[in-house]
Parts: sequence; C-alpha cells; structure tokens
Amino acid sequence: MSFLDLENVTKIYPNGTKAVNETSLSITEGELMVFVGPSGCGKSTLLRMIAGLEDITDGEIKLDNKIINKVDPSERDVAMVFQNYALYPHMNVFKNLSYGLKNKGESKEKIEKKVNEVAELLEIKEFLQRKPAQLSGGQRQRVAMGRAIVRNPKAFLFDEPLSNLDAKLRGQVRIEIKKLQKQMGVTSVFVTHDQVEAMTLGDRLAVINEGIIEQVGSPIEVYENPATFFVAEFIGTPQMNFINGKIKSNNFISEGFNCSLNSNINDQNVIFGIRPENLKVSPQGNIQMKVDLIEKLGADSIIYGYDKSNNYICYRENGNTNIKVNNEITLEIEEGKYHLFDKETKKRLN
Amino acid sequence: MSRVFRITITHSVLIWGVLLMLVPLWLVFASSTHSNSYIYNEGMQWKIGGEFFDNYDRVLNKKGGFTKEITATRIFYNSFIMAFGIATLSVFISMMAAYSLVYFKTKFSTLFFWLIFITLLVPLELRILPSYQIVSDLNLTNSYAGLILPLSASAIATFFFRQYFRSIPDELLEAAKLDGANSWKFFIDFLLPLSKTMIAAMFIFMFVYGYNQYLWPLIMTTSEKYWTVVMGLKMIYGGNSVDRYAYVVLSLLPPVMIIIFLQRLFIQGLFQTK
Repeated sequence: MSFLDLENVTKIYPNGTKAVNETSLSITEGELMVFVGPSGCGKSTLLRMIAGLEDITDGEIKLDNKIINKVDPSERDVAMVFQNYALYPHMNVFKNLSYGLKNKGESKEKIEKKVNEVAELLEIKEFLQRKPAQLSGGQRQRVAMGRAIVRNPKAFLFDEPLSNLDAKLRGQVRIEIKKLQKQMGVTSVFVTHDQVEAMTLGDRLAVINEGIIEQVGSPIEVYENPATFFVAEFIGTPQMNFINGKIKSNNFISEGFNCSLNSNINDQNVIFGIRPENLKVSPQGNIQMKVDLIEKLGADSIIYGYDKSNNYICYRENGNTNIKVNNEITLEIEEGKYHLFDKETKKRLN
Repeated sequence: MSRVFRITITHSVLIWGVLLMLVPLWLVFASSTHSNSYIYNEGMQWKIGGEFFDNYDRVLNKKGGFTKEITATRIFYNSFIMAFGIATLSVFISMMAAYSLVYFKTKFSTLFFWLIFITLLVPLELRILPSYQIVSDLNLTNSYAGLILPLSASAIATFFFRQYFRSIPDELLEAAKLDGANSWKFFIDFLLPLSKTMIAAMFIFMFVYGYNQYLWPLIMTTSEKYWTVVMGLKMIYGGNSVDRYAYVVLSLLPPVMIIIFLQRLFIQGLFQTK
C-alpha cells in the first residue's frame, strides 16, 4: 500500500529555475527509497519539499493518506538527517535528542525513557552529556540519526548523510542505516549522488536528472535494464561503453564492428551500450581492441583501449589479467547483454 | 639562536606596549595619593604618598557644581546607569534588527540593512539639533530616558550581529523547525545561547561608548543632578590637580569592572571564527 505519494510535484524557484518537474512517485510503507542523481538534479529539493522546508509550486504530496502541502514541517511527522548533521552545537547530546520531544510537550519521564532507549540502540549512551564538538564524525552521525529516531516519525528523510564520513566509516554506517531501517520498518527516503550507496541501500531507486525521474525500480532492475541513456550512463562503474551506429535489418552496424541482434527493432540510428563485464576475450569476437591502459584492482582488472574506429572501450576481467598494454585483443559480446537506445529520444529500445 | 632572537623581539614589543598603557595610569594614581600643594611644587610623582584616603574621600563626597547638589558618587552612578542602559538596549535592539534582517527574508532586507548601516555616516554630532528637538518635544530632557534612548540604536552592533547570524548554517534553523521550534523559540533556544560571546563583546563596546559620551549629556541636561563622568571632570574639579587625578582613577573603575566581568566571553567573541 502506498504511504508517501508524490503527484505531479513541481518546484519553480522565484528566479524561474525549474528544479523539479511534474514528478510522481509512490513509496510503500516501510520501504527505503533512494533518490539518486548528479548534483543539481533536484533530488534534494524534492526531499526538502517532503520535509516542508521548501514550498511546493504545484502538485500534491500525501503522507499516510493526508495531503501535507500546507502542513507545517513540525506537524508533518517526518524526521530528517542533514548532510552536515545540523546538531545543536550549544546543547549536549541528551538535549539534542530531547529538544523535539520537549517542544511536543512530552513529560520529563517519557522523554528520559525514550532518549535512553534510542541512545542504547545507537550505542551513544556514554556520550549523552557531551557537546557535539567533543564527538567524532561517526558519533555525530549517530546522534543525528538518534534525533530522527527518537521522535518516532512516520518517515525518515536522509539528505546525503554519509558524505562527510571517510570511506571506511561510510561503508559501516551504510550497513547500520540499512539494518536500523529494516528493524524499525519506517518508510524512508535517502538522497545521494553516490551510486554505490544507492545500489546497496535502496529497496528501490529513483534515478533523477534535471528535475525528472528517469526510472524507478529495484537496484538490479535499474542496473540490468536502464530505461534511458542517462540511467545507463549514470549507474555502474566503470561506465557502460557506448557506440554510435545504426540498425539495418536486425543488425547493428558501426564503423568499428557489426553484430546481429536477437530482437526486432526498426531500422534507425541508435546508441549501442554494453557493460564492461559483459565482454569477454574470444577469437570469435567482433570487437577488435588495442589495449591502452590497464587498472589492476586485485579482485578484477579493468582494461581500456581503442576499437577500430577509435571508440574508447572498457573491459572488465576477473582476477589478475595477463593482457599487456599495446596487445591486440578480440572481445565478444555476451549473448543478449546489450542495451540499445534511440539516438533522438534516448529511450531504451530493446 | 634565531628563535631566541624572535622571542626577544616579540616580547620586547609586548612589554613596551604594556608599559605604554600602564605608566601614565600609574603616574596618575601615584600622584593622586599626595597632597595638592606637594604635587603643585614637585610635579607628578612615581611613589605612593600618604593622602590616599583623605583625597578619595573628599573627591567622592564633595558637593560640586553651582547649586552644590551633585557629588562624584552621584556622577558615577549617573554614567553607569546611562552606559548600562545604552549597552543593554542597543544589544537588544541590534539583535532583534539583525534577526529580522537575516531570518525573515523580506524582499528589501538588504536595502533595509544598508539604510541602517548608512546611519554610521551621520553621527550624533551631526544630527544633534533634530535629536535635541525630538527629546525636548517628548519632555525627556533631564531624565535617564533622554540620556539613553537617542543613543541606543546602534548600526555597528546590528552589523556585527547580522554577520554573525549569517554565519550560522541554515540547516540549524531547518532542523529546529522540524523539531517544532517557532521563530520565537529559535531566537531564545538557539540564537541567544549561540551568540553569548557576541553579546558580551557588543555589550562592552556599547558600555564604553555610552560611558564616554560628552556632548549629548552636556546639551541634554540642564539640571546638575544628571551630570555624567566626562562632564564632571571639567565642571567640578577645575583647579585642584590631585582631586582631578583621583577622579580620573575612580572614573576608570566602572568600565574596568564590566570588562573584567565579561572578559572571557569578550575575547572569545572577538576571535571566534564561527
């Protein structure tokens, strides 16, 4: 059942910039939805509209079957974790956690009980009397989470909460957030520009570009069947290879290589996309590549080079590769693992 | 070697600065403990004399002025009330003004700010006639209100508070909003405690500003009961040097006490980066 609904939500700033354009999306109860996209795509604006920190120019936002367009942020029953945590610097952790409850008029005993519960859950009990400045990055992050949890909201909103942590901590906290969210079953929206975060955290992703949702789906769906050229380009590292060409009687023809297709597509100009891991070295292959650069990552190797018509191609091999720079190799496309996009509309064709 | 040299240089500069501040003060204080005729004959003294209690008692309690109804004690009290009133009111008014300029984003808030700021170019001395006219029409001459009110809107304090509030991240306001703080609560629970140091610094500035006023109280007051420190210096003790020295030393005490009291906060306020 859908719990948080966006219907044709539009945001136009006073200076005329259209940050979000007629976006519709429904999020089910207990789901963790990730908004992912490049910076400036409107994902944070969308989140802030749900929180009530930005006015909604047009459209409707419903939470638990109630339209919340005009509801004050504090009455929406949502909690937000900010990118820089926005902890209250002059209050200790206990007061940081209890401030919202105090404003709601909860009794002292109840506040104390709740704060202690949350502090125990997040293992920040020994810091309750400290000020935010005396905490490490990871601890601050927990306090910010705690402040959201303690109010027992209908929805959590995360605005890139991991981007201030170092790489190792980020990985740990990511897992913790996912666990906590599942354990508490609270509907959540998580904004990030990091696709690894998006892929690992989300029950579903909404890939956003220039104020428009390009695709909504489970991480694997989005990865394996990108709906548009933008999604294909944005999701996946190293990036998908793209080759311009055209279709002629179910054959893809480009300057560098040709291949036959197993689906029926009208003759037209297309962009042919293939992920680096869907290539393999084989004498029967149809892509000839001269190796230019090799990155050995231990678990796998990434090999870059030029095909016959000077397209830069990337190919990923498991383990430590034997290929050397300047070798000539022949790559075969894995059966059916290619993506075709219309050259004009950039929509997926196959 | 060069480190020793550097330390010697920096320390001698500092010590020289300290002496520059302290030596004249010490001279005045030491001289104020001798008898008037001794000073008259021998000039200012480096050593403490034996007349400390007599001199200070006389200065504090002697009735001065033409009508003989004012003492130095009363003058210090007047100046303290005036300076304290100006400092308190201008901190309060500037904070409120800065709060509305920064957080209630009206269309013309920048314009309003510059209008306020431009008043710095029109000091009291320039607008003394219209100011006097207003105060006189309101029947506030010869009153503390008349001394305090015209000086208690401060553009410079508004400027400092505005800059400080602007450096507070927006997310703090947003987080507070989600936690159910309205604009009044945000001011009380956040801005007030966060700008504690700034308040202390501005309070000291405005206190000293108010304490040093000469022209305004001179024009404002016809009754000797409302004389203030700087006026008193000239009016009461025209002739007697020792009394004047003692008066100067005493007049230092109220601002010094305020600074000692707020010093820690004051220094934090001047040097804090955020």
